[in-house]
Amino acid sequence: MASLVADNIVEFEPPTTPSRSPRRHRIRLGRGLILLVAAAYFLLPIYAALHFSLQDNNGNFSLQPITAIPSQPGLGSAFFLSMRLAIVTMAITMLLMVPTMIYVHLKLPRFRRVMEVITILPIVIPPIVLILGVLQAAPGWLKASPYLLSLVYVILAMPFVYRSLDAGLGALDVKTLVEASRSLGAGWVATIWRIIVPNLRSALLSATVLTLALVLGEFTMASLDLWSTLPVWIVAFDQTNAHVSTAVAMLSLLATWLLLTLIVTLDRSTSRQQRRKRTS
Amino acid sequence: MLPFLLYVVLGLGIPTLVIINLAFRSASGHLTMSNINTITSGGQYLTGFETSLKLALVTSVIPGVLGTLIAYAVSTSRFETLRRIVATASGVLANFGGVNLAFMFVATIGFVGLVTGWLARIGLNPWSHGFSLYKFWGVALVYMYFQIPLMVLVITPALNGLRPAWREAAENLGASKWRFWRHVGMPVLTPSILASMFLLFGSGFSAYATTEALTGGTIALTPIQIGEFLQGNVISGEEHIGYALGFGMIVLVLISVIAYVTLQRRSAKWLR
Repeated sequence: MASLVADNIVEFEPPTTPSRSPRRHRIRLGRGLILLVAAAYFLLPIYAALHFSLQDNNGNFSLQPITAIPSQPGLGSAFFLSMRLAIVTMAITMLLMVPTMIYVHLKLPRFRRVMEVITILPIVIPPIVLILGVLQAAPGWLKASPYLLSLVYVILAMPFVYRSLDAGLGALDVKTLVEASRSLGAGWVATIWRIIVPNLRSALLSATVLTLALVLGEFTMASLDLWSTLPVWIVAFDQTNAHVSTAVAMLSLLATWLLLTLIVTLDRSTSRQQRRKRTS
Repeated sequence: MLPFLLYVVLGLGIPTLVIINLAFRSASGHLTMSNINTITSGGQYLTGFETSLKLALVTSVIPGVLGTLIAYAVSTSRFETLRRIVATASGVLANFGGVNLAFMFVATIGFVGLVTGWLARIGLNPWSHGFSLYKFWGVALVYMYFQIPLMVLVITPALNGLRPAWREAAENLGASKWRFWRHVGMPVLTPSILASMFLLFGSGFSAYATTEALTGGTIALTPIQIGEFLQGNVISGEEHIGYALGFGMIVLVLISVIAYVTLQRRSAKWLR
């Protein structure tokens, strides 16, 4: 599965001194070529899928697949199931990971190495193998509930939630913040909820969106656990009307992308404002 | 700390142990090697592993090289917007995969896809030259759509760690561009690139949803075979083969994790 990622938002550092070598021209040409080919490879499928999802069954341009989306049988319940799973997954992830990460940053910095290795595992352990074991090990009452999926998704989401929070906490002076808050008489819950969490806002937001993307896109486990979540529905419905199911698939991709870009942009502009305030 | 470890043990450790245990049990519960023997003695299961490994190798080496080139081209570019777009795009695309991805490629270069149509018009229809989206190279082409962004994500920090001072020092000492890369750039980057490729290898090896949605299970990959087993398509007497296949995958994946961690340690010496 591709629902894996180390750092989700990488920052490309600005280029350093421009190289003055005489071969600069040729290098720029090479770079342009690489980027052009990459752009073609990544954009053409998106264009083709959009093109396809805006066609009626005779291949003519039509908005009908889009307008028909709300009335498709089963789509509503699949979407709400996915949303419920996503909310439960996000809640468990945050409750589990935020206190743990704060604790590790404060008291056990050496444990970060171990956490790093643990959180690599869900990227490479095949989801299909994991669900095989989970279905075998889970007690019956849990297997009957769709929320078993949420419990496993928490594991799948760990790699990027970990990295996102680790970067966020690394940028804060957690120790000073906690000591200040504690010495002013705040309890642990108040310290986490009112001091740390607001400071981690952007890291938490991007972790949340990527968890959402993961849950909305996860097919392997949901289909084998026999729950009709959004991606499972999309595959099943493809037999009925491929145009509509491609339209739904594209909508979910573009929505995720927009959300993520929005968060990154908002985050950049607020941090820029803060920087300006600091310098003025 | 404790809740986290408990969760990992329950959610990741126990299921893994259960699979390892069942891989060595017969259907009636006795200890046996017969499941493992069935797999390793040839036949469709061994072929499945071979194809899976080949696919993982192809989709880790090629995207590894291309991803590094793209990341380098982007990180040295002057346009800030380009860098930002590539950063968010690779975040989304690396997480993408699966069903939606399969559909996109069917619409693009499937039998009646858009690009297939364009190519056919200039007489180069790939389908009449032996290409099929539903066979090995077709699936590999699709996998690269999430493997390349994954590579861009994991290799960019390493590229950023390449200090300009090193290049300046090399230039001052009269090194050509080629010699800089040969003696400074590549030796520093190689462990990171290799480590990232191992990560890609694991990710390509375990991908299931994309192939399942694309081919409906006609290509014999180990994850697909495990899927068949889970859906109940099993020959009697081979009820535990699925667990043995899972066990095999865990072993191979652990090897690549160990390689990844070791190589990362090595590269941490320079890049930090």
